[in-house]
Amino acid sequence: MGAGVCFVASSALRASFLKYFFLNLYVILSLFADLLRQVILRFYGLDSPQYMYAYFYTDCLLTVALFVAVISLASRVFAELNLAKYVRFVAVLLLLGTAGFTYAVVAQSSERLGTRFAVELSQNLYFVGLVLTYLLWGAVLKLQETRTRLVQMVLSLGLYFSAYAGSYALVNLAPKYEIVQYIAPVLGCFLPISWAITLMRHSEDSRLVPARLVAVPR
Amino acid sequence: MMAAFILAFSLLTLLMFFVSYCRSLTASSLHTSITEDVRDVTGIQVRAVGRDYARVMQILQLCPDRPEDRSGLHIVGAYYSFLNLLDQGFAKLFPAVRSWAEEERAGCAHYAAVALGRRIALNREMLAQQVEL
Repeated sequence: MGAGVCFVASSALRASFLKYFFLNLYVILSLFADLLRQVILRFYGLDSPQYMYAYFYTDCLLTVALFVAVISLASRVFAELNLAKYVRFVAVLLLLGTAGFTYAVVAQSSERLGTRFAVELSQNLYFVGLVLTYLLWGAVLKLQETRTRLVQMVLSLGLYFSAYAGSYALVNLAPKYEIVQYIAPVLGCFLPISWAITLMRHSEDSRLVPARLVAVPR
Repeated sequence: MMAAFILAFSLLTLLMFFVSYCRSLTASSLHTSITEDVRDVTGIQVRAVGRDYARVMQILQLCPDRPEDRSGLHIVGAYYSFLNLLDQGFAKLFPAVRSWAEEERAGCAHYAAVALGRRIALNREMLAQQVEL
């Protein structure tokens, strides 16, 4: 929670709140989600259906917000090519497509539709977001993006998604080791902290050498 | 099987993003040249090389801390250790790794030298304030 407050505060301090509005929105929503989960956990307990509903619905909302944050970074990358509106159009199509696909899968299930839909949509959108981040990084390299803030924010997202997917796989591979269950919550702090560091360290005008970004120069 | 594949893939991409993130950090310092003060103190001649990193870091510890630099220096320090590990582990098998790692370590040394320049400037500023008082 402290990490989220730190990011929102630093973007307000550096007058970048509106410039990175959707990143801020995601972090603010995650703060509210944490608060809501805490309140419901205290009143109803961990095994209650109320906590389960609150957890999965807020998780779904956060995944949609993270998806929008990824798209907002993508439209900034493509803005100079005047492709931002197409990026947004494709994003809406992707969102609707993912929701439609999820609904088609869930409609065949006999469980409570709403909750199952929220869980499935969250997982599918997460996967779409992950693939989009990799594509976005490819675009950053191809377009020789020089804006330091933008580059580091995309890289932070890439690190977050990779580490999160890895920790998810590790939980499945080695569920008996308790430590792997703590990796995901720790990773949750990483994104706002790294974004905050980027905002504090670099100004909007800060530029870097694009050739230095490729891991192995050609 | 699927989980193992996802783990291997995510570790690879994690490594790729980590290297790129660290390169973006070191690249952001490339626009700043190493100051005369730093050259005098560290003995860096024209440009920093990989082996300068350890000496620059030693001198950095002696200067007053700048909280803004702390996280970047930690990450670049981790990257430098990773490069050393890579050099020791793979340089015999793939000689190209050695030259690449050396180039990267030089970037780390430059980043640390630029941070040292900022700390020396801060030190001077603090000294001047004390003199004024």
